[in-house]
Amino acid sequence: MDKMPKWADVVLIPLISLILAALLSALVILGIGEDPIAAVKLMVSGALGSTYGWGYTLYYATNFLFTGLAVSVAFHARLFNIGGEGQAMLGGLGVALVCLYIPWPHWSLALIFASLGAALFGAAWAAIPAYLQAKRGSHIVITTIMFNFIAAAVLNYVLVNLLRPVGSMDPATARFPEAVHLPSLHELLAPLGIAFSKSAPANVSFVLAIVACFAVWLLIWRTKLGYEIRAYGNSEPGALYAGISPVKITMIAMLISGGLAGMMATNNVMGEAERLVLNSTEGAGFIGIAVALMGRSHPFGVFLAAILFGFLYQGGAELALWTSIPRELIVVIQALVILFTGALDNMVRVPLEKAFLALRREKA
Amino acid sequence: MMDFLTLIQVLDSTVRLATPLLLACLAGLFSERAGIFDIGLEGKMLMAAFFSAAVAATTGNVWLGLLAGIASSLVLAGLHGLASITFRGNQLISGVAINFLAAGMTVLIAQDWFQQGGRTPSLISGGRFEPITLPFANAVEGVPVLGPIYSELLSGHSILVYLAFLAVPATAWILFGTRFGLRLRAVGENPAAVDTAGVSVVGLRYAAVMICGLLCGIAGAYLATALQAGFVKDMTAGRGFIALAALIFAKWRPWHALGACLLFGLLQAVALRFQNIELGSIVIPVQFMDALPYILTVVILAGFVGKAIPPKAGGEPYVKER
Repeated sequence: MDKMPKWADVVLIPLISLILAALLSALVILGIGEDPIAAVKLMVSGALGSTYGWGYTLYYATNFLFTGLAVSVAFHARLFNIGGEGQAMLGGLGVALVCLYIPWPHWSLALIFASLGAALFGAAWAAIPAYLQAKRGSHIVITTIMFNFIAAAVLNYVLVNLLRPVGSMDPATARFPEAVHLPSLHELLAPLGIAFSKSAPANVSFVLAIVACFAVWLLIWRTKLGYEIRAYGNSEPGALYAGISPVKITMIAMLISGGLAGMMATNNVMGEAERLVLNSTEGAGFIGIAVALMGRSHPFGVFLAAILFGFLYQGGAELALWTSIPRELIVVIQALVILFTGALDNMVRVPLEKAFLALRREKA
Repeated sequence: MMDFLTLIQVLDSTVRLATPLLLACLAGLFSERAGIFDIGLEGKMLMAAFFSAAVAATTGNVWLGLLAGIASSLVLAGLHGLASITFRGNQLISGVAINFLAAGMTVLIAQDWFQQGGRTPSLISGGRFEPITLPFANAVEGVPVLGPIYSELLSGHSILVYLAFLAVPATAWILFGTRFGLRLRAVGENPAAVDTAGVSVVGLRYAAVMICGLLCGIAGAYLATALQAGFVKDMTAGRGFIALAALIFAKWRPWHALGACLLFGLLQAVALRFQNIELGSIVIPVQFMDALPYILTVVILAGFVGKAIPPKAGGEPYVKER
């Protein structure tokens, strides 16, 4: 029997953790001599007060949706994929190759194949750690961390030595051709008569991210493979007894995870920068960890958490612009969210479970 | 081709660069031998780097800086202990959180304290650990071969470098020569057995995590007050993860950790001095040198060249049976 009702596990615990993280963040803002309430107001108006703000919020959220889903899928198989950053970097390489070397007639076709390229490269980068975990028992957390660093070196080499246009000093690829330009939300919504900011980077890949959310939901809860992934994540001996191959599940879960992380590049590389630059991921792969933890590895939760972090990122940028609070405040908030929803989960859970048990005993 | 003096200079810089790796690696060794995974070495070093530089810059006393650095690192170590021992949370997630916490807080506090864009003022003498000249170093400089080795390579480092190298035999002795060390290793392999013997698993693990904090604190202080003069944003630059790699490379053994850290320090020193290395017709790009520690670690982890087996109970919170 469950110790507490499901809604408490799904809603109450993340909410309490979030409130704790918010309170501590407020203390941090107070500590550096700023007013937390004014800061929140500025963040809300900056991130949600205009379609320009929303355009940035949704742009960041798109990145975090992909990386959050990536971490979630791995979590369901009880694998901690900390390598989303590296996989997203390689995904960027996939997107760049598809966009630069194939003459596309239309952006829609380009987007489909760029997504495939991104997913392929991301999955390939996850494949080696996955294989080593499945076959050799090498700890996937350590190998994916190492692969993040190796990815950074590979990308650096490729950009500086291979893809940099002749005569350019900048370690970046050439600009993608006009044909693969993805429509921004402004261009998508204008025919519908909805005015949306022209200069915000949110683009059609946000729709792709929502499709990915739905696809992950289908996969995890409506397919045999998803059932096997969850069964393996819940109990390896149980799954083994049921004839589920750990090697197969580890490989497949990590390939999907890496593919999702890689697909982030359709947003930041293809949708925004329109060329591949160094450090294009800007830590989004790591934010996926916070997003997945907060969203309880459920696509809908991940969606909400990604929007929240999108808001924090855009709001944080506004704060840095208008006050003396540096952007790093967001990194602190992110750390606190990971700490409370991840590592200190039991601190909230155990007293809550006790409270619900006591409540139930009283009723009985 | 490299001449002798260049070689000495590269090795000298190897020693300097290996020192923070070595301290952090030994820190991780204590923690992981006691069954607590720690991917938060980076964060603890960064926090200590900032507080040591900040206090040294404010007071002009590097020793106070060192103490402040250690204290800040101990706070984060305590947090890791709280999350992973007391609340039996996920040790890896706790480590990730600590890394981000340090990356954000250091810049936030630095900006509030010094208003220099997230850095501390440059440390002037008194605020830094100065090089120590070993006895007769100047006198023997002229002696061929052995002279430069003594006066350039061995002499002229700050006290923390010598401390780091002394920490290797000390660690080996504590872990393999004392009762505390035996129990610490046992708690990382089979905590239930230690519990049955009436020794506190929680106490031992906290002790290990705190020793880890202490050593990370010294490593961070070395970065900001000896290797460089002051704190800059993200100055650890992945050293905590290279130390982690060295720890796996060394298969959780102190003397091997020294070897691994010197090797990775050498790679850093070579990458720093030469951009691309030409071996005949083959050019080794600098990016390959940067990635080499990580590649070597993956190879070792894969078990193709001798398998790295971590402490058995590593990463598992201990639940006392009732």
